[in-house]
Amino acid sequence: MAEVDEANKPLFAGLSDVSISDDIPVEGDISVPLASHSADDEFSTLDEPVKDTILRDLKAVGNKFVHVMYPKKSSALLRDWDLWGPLLLCVTLALLLQGGSSDSKGDEGPQFAEVFVIIWFGSVIITLNSKLLGGTISFFQSLCVLGYCILPLCVAMLVCRLVLLLVSATTVSFIIRLLIVTASFGWSTFASTAFLADSQPPNRKALVVYPVFLFYFVIGWMILTFSPSS
Amino acid sequence: MASPDDLKFQEFDEAADLLSADPGASTLSVSALSGTTAGTQDTKVDLSEDEENQQENSGLLGGENKTGGFWTFEYYQSFFNVDTMQVLDRIKGSVMPVPGRNFIKHHIRNSPDLYGPFWICATLVFSVAISGNLSNFLSHKGDGQYHYRPQFHKVTIAALVVFLYAWLVPLGVWGFLTWRQGTERQTSAYSFLETVCVYGYSLFIFIPTSVLWSIPFQWVQWTLIVIAMVISGSVLVLTFWPVVRDDTKVTAFATVASIVVLHALLAIGCKLYFFETALEITPTPTPGHLTTNTSMGQMN
Repeated sequence: MAEVDEANKPLFAGLSDVSISDDIPVEGDISVPLASHSADDEFSTLDEPVKDTILRDLKAVGNKFVHVMYPKKSSALLRDWDLWGPLLLCVTLALLLQGGSSDSKGDEGPQFAEVFVIIWFGSVIITLNSKLLGGTISFFQSLCVLGYCILPLCVAMLVCRLVLLLVSATTVSFIIRLLIVTASFGWSTFASTAFLADSQPPNRKALVVYPVFLFYFVIGWMILTFSPSS
Repeated sequence: MASPDDLKFQEFDEAADLLSADPGASTLSVSALSGTTAGTQDTKVDLSEDEENQQENSGLLGGENKTGGFWTFEYYQSFFNVDTMQVLDRIKGSVMPVPGRNFIKHHIRNSPDLYGPFWICATLVFSVAISGNLSNFLSHKGDGQYHYRPQFHKVTIAALVVFLYAWLVPLGVWGFLTWRQGTERQTSAYSFLETVCVYGYSLFIFIPTSVLWSIPFQWVQWTLIVIAMVISGSVLVLTFWPVVRDDTKVTAFATVASIVVLHALLAIGCKLYFFETALEITPTPTPGHLTTNTSMGQMN
């Protein structure tokens, strides 16, 4: 008799008296998979015009440039890192450092490849150094910060080239360029340490800051010693 | 089924029994362990020259330091386990060698680091190249025909020379000392990293020396070479002499002499290749010099 009764009961009857107690919060939305797929479509970049895609990336890069020029403690550079900005700055700087006099002796300034190697290889080594010393920043975030902080030096390079064109007296132009390069080197170092220094334990901060100082010093020296063809 | 008696706290009588059986057995208590690890990682506290204590600690930490294989990140992280004060202390020790103080035993104390050697070499590369360029500029100052050149290729050459020296020579010295230790039963030779460490820190004195080498006077440059060689060479000699002195006289002297000679070759080679002296410092120009000057003046 009991079996017949059990067979006649509707399925899952035993579960009807299961209740969720009040102290277990039930959250989330039950959305139909189709609806979430259409929400996904909005962020697909296949259908939007190319101009929109490029402008979005350029806006992100420009936003970070502003953060570098006015370095205050914000995490914008760290959170949404990208390497477009560093690439742009590196190529611009390397191109601007060309055009030194082409001597057959081979005594001229750095070649394009040398600038590229110094900037990228130097950034990778500094990032590895800070990670080996126990830093909490991630690899690409650090590359991003170091690359973006080259911006003041890039601006200084532009100004130096203008000074070389406009001012003919060598001593005066050298002093002006020295001041510009020193100021921008200080700005770069200060901006990058504002972002990087917090990720280190306090007794190793100087060990992490010194390679950054050396890196921007070398770039500053390359800018200062740029001498165009006479 | 465990009785309630089994579950209550039991005195560990076995340890006490074992100890009473063999009083000389080494015991390890937790406080002692944390004390020794704190002592070896904090050089400010452990000033005792207790060799036994340090050997025991090296046995403890020597195994702990080499965590993981050489392909893991943690392996390399163990070589960067230094603080700012430790690095500065080691640099001070390399600049002011005290006779009787072995650099490795006194400053490195079984925790060699790679931070110091690497960044000292990198700084030396750029300081030699930049100062060399500066000395080139200063020595040609009076020459009207001179046009300033950045000479960037010097950086590449300096990098090659400095890094090859700082890594291949310690490899050779370490290999030689280990081979001799194997055949001659000497006191313990240094590990490869400690040798690299001592060579790296001994190169520090060349950084200010290379900056001062840009002064274009011969006597200044040679005096600086002598001072730098004395300081740097004595750090190396004081480090390696205790290891080789038990060997035969000839081998010992030959080893130390070759270390000093290689170091001198580096210093003199760098000075001669990268730096130039002023061509003429004579205040009174010769008549031939005067005529060429005036003819150049007329052409302008």
